[in-house]
Amino acid sequence: MESPQFMSTTDTRMQPVLEVCAQENGRQCVRLSGRWNLRGLMMAPQLRKKIRRFAENKSLLWDISAIEVLDNASALMLWQDWGEQLPAELQMRPEQQRLFERWQNQDVSVPVPEVYGLMVFVNNLGHLFLGFWQQLLELMTLLGQLVLDLGHLLRHPRDMPWSEISITIYEAGVRALGITALVGFLIGIVLSYLSALQLKLFGAEIYIIDILGLSVIRELGPLLAAILVAGRSGSAMTAQIGIMRVTEELDALSAMGISHSLRLILPKVVALTLSLPLLSVWTSSAALIGGMFSAQNTLDISYQQFFLKLPNVVPLLNVFIGLGKSAVFGLMIALIACHFGFRIKPNTESLGNETTNSVVAAITVVIMIDAVFAILFMNVGMP
Amino acid sequence: MSKAEAIRLEHVWTRFGDKVVHQDINLTLPQGEILGLVGASGCGKTTLLREMIGLQEPSEGEIFVMGESLSDVSPSHWQRLRDNCGVLFQKGALFSVLDVFENIAFPLRELGVDDEELIKRLVFMKLESVGLSAQDAWLKPADLSGGMTKRVALARTLILEPSLLLLDEPTSGLDPISSQDFVDLLFELHQDLKFTVVMVTHDLDILRDLCTQVAVLADNQLVAYGSLASVLNCKHPFVAEFFHNKRAKRVFQFHEANHG
Repeated sequence: MESPQFMSTTDTRMQPVLEVCAQENGRQCVRLSGRWNLRGLMMAPQLRKKIRRFAENKSLLWDISAIEVLDNASALMLWQDWGEQLPAELQMRPEQQRLFERWQNQDVSVPVPEVYGLMVFVNNLGHLFLGFWQQLLELMTLLGQLVLDLGHLLRHPRDMPWSEISITIYEAGVRALGITALVGFLIGIVLSYLSALQLKLFGAEIYIIDILGLSVIRELGPLLAAILVAGRSGSAMTAQIGIMRVTEELDALSAMGISHSLRLILPKVVALTLSLPLLSVWTSSAALIGGMFSAQNTLDISYQQFFLKLPNVVPLLNVFIGLGKSAVFGLMIALIACHFGFRIKPNTESLGNETTNSVVAAITVVIMIDAVFAILFMNVGMP
Repeated sequence: MSKAEAIRLEHVWTRFGDKVVHQDINLTLPQGEILGLVGASGCGKTTLLREMIGLQEPSEGEIFVMGESLSDVSPSHWQRLRDNCGVLFQKGALFSVLDVFENIAFPLRELGVDDEELIKRLVFMKLESVGLSAQDAWLKPADLSGGMTKRVALARTLILEPSLLLLDEPTSGLDPISSQDFVDLLFELHQDLKFTVVMVTHDLDILRDLCTQVAVLADNQLVAYGSLASVLNCKHPFVAEFFHNKRAKRVFQFHEANHG
């Protein structure tokens, strides 16, 4: 008996193996053996190319009976490489035949999802506008509910959620002291340093106190604190309410007859409305200290001079404008955070999207309110 | 000839701080078996399953999966082992940003399969094999019922046709009909694909209808391990309470009548 000539491609038993051997009658036979699973085939991409090349030769004999393991995916690959048909002469085991029968009988017309077209675009645009309108309505409803809750609390002061308010003041206010002080201090240094360079040109160094005092107390302090709180606490509030939706805590509160607005929204709104003005004073102070430090180094304006001149150049009214603005910022940040928190659906995608939306909306609204305040109080508090 | 082992636990101890969860657990599971891991809530069943997957390391002892020790396995070997193991988490753990199709196709894409036609046909074949329609492929996980979520998760688990399947309470949260459907489905797939299954369960029907081996964890130890008939004869107080209470008696009446 003549032994067949082998042309081995891979010889490890754990991997898929393809061999071409010449038979006694001179015909060539492609023999597959080893483990034909998806991982093995992915590691040997050249095998599929070879199979496709051999499949073009219709006179070849195929023998797959020596394959140890043949999974569905590999059977499908072979089936595809053979041109969606079995070779004319194929030796295989009955269980392997069953695998190929599955692919022979499979309906290849797989459904495809909706295609993106013009109508879909118009639809999406419509949804976008309607969505915006709906969100505005929901926000107004939330505000209205808050007013009703306040009315309820006036009649039933014992229902006041003191502990929740206290916790939120600590989380959003006290724990933000470090970061707001650092950012305020650095911004004060930058502002003072850059202004000093310009003021030196005109010999108007002493006006650094006016510039810093007005800009920081009236604008930068409240704005910086609000942006930091929107990013830090606003996102946390949205995510917290969202997770409560995912873990069905919101449903549990409803089932117990506890109002979401009274126990979740009101404490956050009250806490931020109270703590943001304080944080704003804190941030302004840090920025002024930073500016004072820089002014002393760059313009030789002493700390004492800075302290003595500041009350004269910045009317007290500016402090109240800053405080009032901050209170409105706090109210809006908390309202927006809660609004987006309640829009979160119980999935991770929605959680991420709504948290992002919450922060973006809160910062945008803060800047818009700041602009409104600037126009309304244009002639108020100027030296 | 004895069957090759799928899982072997050797003197496994697990401690969380001072608390001992597992105390000298030894177990060998041959390939092709369906093991039901039972025990009281909080006895460490899921922890043991997590240790078998390699998500958690035991404090002491060694775990062998498909003959390879998890403690000294190289990263590349790990990947090969993981491709060979399918895990079905209690809540399905479907990726909520992906639709059903992409969830099932995920392991294929991770493996580097880029033939879209191949992916499509494999995914639809798996969808069909777990009893879902092709139209369900475009749904998001949030739109699925509990039973459908489990089926999609099973399809994703089986897409690479692993030889070892680890299931964490596969029928929890399912109604009795969906639960029975799931058991039937798993039985059919097991007949077809011949994988080994380790499942944490409290479901007595599953133990009766599906499991070929039962392991009972109690008092931090493996107090009984073997066929259901042998476990039913175990005299440990927890086993007696678990398998011989009124409800269990009703469930096992048929089994006991047939197996003694």
